[in-house]
Amino acid sequence: MATTVTTPTQGRRKTPTRHEGPAGRRPRPNWLGAILGIVWLVIVIVPVYWIVITSFKTQANYYAMNPLKPPPEPTFANYQLVIHSGFPRYFLNSVIVTAGTIVPAVLVSFMAAYAIVRGAGRTLRVMNGIFLGGLAIPLQATIIPVYLIIIRLHLYDTLLAMILPSIAFAIPLSVLVLTNFVRDVPRELFESMRVDGASEWTTLWRLAFPLTRPALVTVAIYNGLAVWNAFLLPLILTQSTEKRTLPLAVWSFQSQYGVNVPAVLASVVLTTLPILILYAFGRRQLVSGLTAGFSK
Amino acid sequence: MSTARPSTAPAGASLAGRSGSVTWMALPAMVIFTAFGVIPLLGVLGLSFTSWDGIGVIHFTGLRSWRAELANPGLPHAIFVTFKIMILSWLVQTPLSILIGVFLAGHQRYRNWLAVLYFIPLLLSSAAIAVAYKALLDPNFGLGAGLHIGWLSQDWLGRGGLAVAVVIFIVSWQFIPFHSLIYQGAARQIPRTMYEAAEIDGAGRIRAFWSITLPQLKNTVIASSTLMVVGSLTFFDLIFILTAGGPGDATRVLALSMYKTGFQANLMGLASVIAVILVLFGVGLALLLRRIGGGANTQSTLEGG
Repeated sequence: MATTVTTPTQGRRKTPTRHEGPAGRRPRPNWLGAILGIVWLVIVIVPVYWIVITSFKTQANYYAMNPLKPPPEPTFANYQLVIHSGFPRYFLNSVIVTAGTIVPAVLVSFMAAYAIVRGAGRTLRVMNGIFLGGLAIPLQATIIPVYLIIIRLHLYDTLLAMILPSIAFAIPLSVLVLTNFVRDVPRELFESMRVDGASEWTTLWRLAFPLTRPALVTVAIYNGLAVWNAFLLPLILTQSTEKRTLPLAVWSFQSQYGVNVPAVLASVVLTTLPILILYAFGRRQLVSGLTAGFSK
Repeated sequence: MSTARPSTAPAGASLAGRSGSVTWMALPAMVIFTAFGVIPLLGVLGLSFTSWDGIGVIHFTGLRSWRAELANPGLPHAIFVTFKIMILSWLVQTPLSILIGVFLAGHQRYRNWLAVLYFIPLLLSSAAIAVAYKALLDPNFGLGAGLHIGWLSQDWLGRGGLAVAVVIFIVSWQFIPFHSLIYQGAARQIPRTMYEAAEIDGAGRIRAFWSITLPQLKNTVIASSTLMVVGSLTFFDLIFILTAGGPGDATRVLALSMYKTGFQANLMGLASVIAVILVLFGVGLALLLRRIGGGANTQSTLEGG
C-alpha cells in the first residue's frame, strides 16, 4: 500500500529507500504486536458488528435474542421507519452543508497556502501566524459570538448559518497541510513557469494545483468528514426540523423512538453508510495524505 | 476556474517575482477566518464583560460575570473533570497508538487490512457513537445483560467513576485509530539502516524500540498530543448525548458547562467567561507542548517547515 504513495512529500525525504524488502526479513515475528493488534481489532469491530446486526432485528428479537447473534429473519422495517421519518431531507441538508463547506474551504486554503509558500513579506507572515494560531484554539469556544453574528446577519436557522463558520473552522488545518505540500513542489518548476511568462495566477492553477491534487483531496475528505459529523453548530445555529443535519437527526430519533433501539441503530447505520462508501473509494488517499500531512 | 487569466495578476508581478505580489491570494481565506474565527475570538472576550440572554439587548456589566463565574464552585469542578478526562485519555491513547502504529508500519498484507478496519470508528459521528454506546451499555438490555455477563451489565453511566471511565474508553475507541495511523506513517519514515545497525550491535526488538523508534517519533508524539489535548477541550457531542454531564456533575466538562450556561440557562455572559477560559487552556497547552518538544524541531512540526 505504502509503495503507491506518490505525494510530493515522499520525494523530499532524505531516505528514499522505502523499506519494501521481503516481509519476512526480520528474524522473529512480532508476536506481542500481533496480539495487541488483534485484541484492538476485536474492541473496534464488536460494537460496529452489534450496531449493524441489531438494526436488522425486530424489537422482540432485540429483547429475547443473544445480542451477538444475527437475526434469523432480518427485517428492514427499522430502515423503512427511519426513511419515512424525514431521513431524505436530513441527508440532503448534510450533503448541501458538507459540499458547500469543503469546496470553498479547500479553494481558499489552497490559494492561501500557495501565497504563503511563494510570497514573502510581513503581511503574509502575520496571516500565516494567524492561521497557525487557529490550530491551538478550540474554535468551539467561539460559538457564542458566532451565534450572535449569525443572528445579526439574519442567517439563523438556515443552511448557510452552518456553512460559513464551518469554512472558517476548516481553514487552519487545511492551510497547514497544503502549505507542506506546495512547499514540496520543486523550485525549478516555478522558475520555468516564470521564464515562460506565466503569471502567479496561471502558475497556481496550471502547476501547483495538479501537483498538489492528492493533498487537496485529502484535505477535502478530512474536512468533509468533520462537517458531515458536526453536531454543535447545527444544534446551536438551527431550530426547525427541516434544517436538521444527520447527526442532529440521529440524536432526535433517539428521543423520538425511545425504547425502539433497533430503529435508532438503523438511523446510525444509515447516516454512516454514505461516508463508508466514500471511504471505500478514497481510503488510500485519505490515509496516506493524513499520515504525510501530520508526521513531519 | 482553471482558465488562465494573466490580467488578474497585479502589475509588477512579472518584474519582482516573489515580492509579495501573491499576498492577495491569501485574502479570501483571511477574510472568512477573520469573520468567523478571529472576530468571534475577540468577541467572546468582549461578551464576557456583558450580560445577555441570547435574544434581547446586550448590557455591559464590567467584571460582574467574571466575578460570578470565578466564585461559582462548579467551575473548579468542571476544570478538574476536563483535565482528568484529558490526561487519562492521553495516557490511554498515546502508548496504545504508538504501539499499534509501529506494529502497523510493518509490511505484511494483513496489517493493511487491520488498518482498513481500524479506521471505521472515525467515520461515525460522535452523536452516532454516543447514541449507540448508550444502548450497548444499557444495564438491562445492553450487551452485558444480553450475554449474561455480570461485570458487563453494570450501571455504566449511573455511577460517577464508571461514567468517566466509559467516556475515556469511547474517546479512545474513536480516536486511537486516527493517531495510530499518524504513528504508522511516521514509523515508516524511520530509515531501515538504523535498525540494521542496531541489529548488528546485538540489540533486540524491545531495545531497538526504545533506542530508535521512540526517539525518532518524538516530533510525531508532540504533534499527535497537541491534536489530542486541544481536541479534548472540545469534547461536547459525545458527553452531551451520553451522560449530559452526569451522573451529578461527574462528566460535566468545560465545553458542556459553556453550552448549559449559555444556551440552556441563557446566561451568555457567564458562558463567555467559560469560553475564554477554554481558549486560554488551548493556547497554554499548545505552547507547553511546543516547549516540551524543544524549540526548532517542534517548530517544523507545527509550522510545517
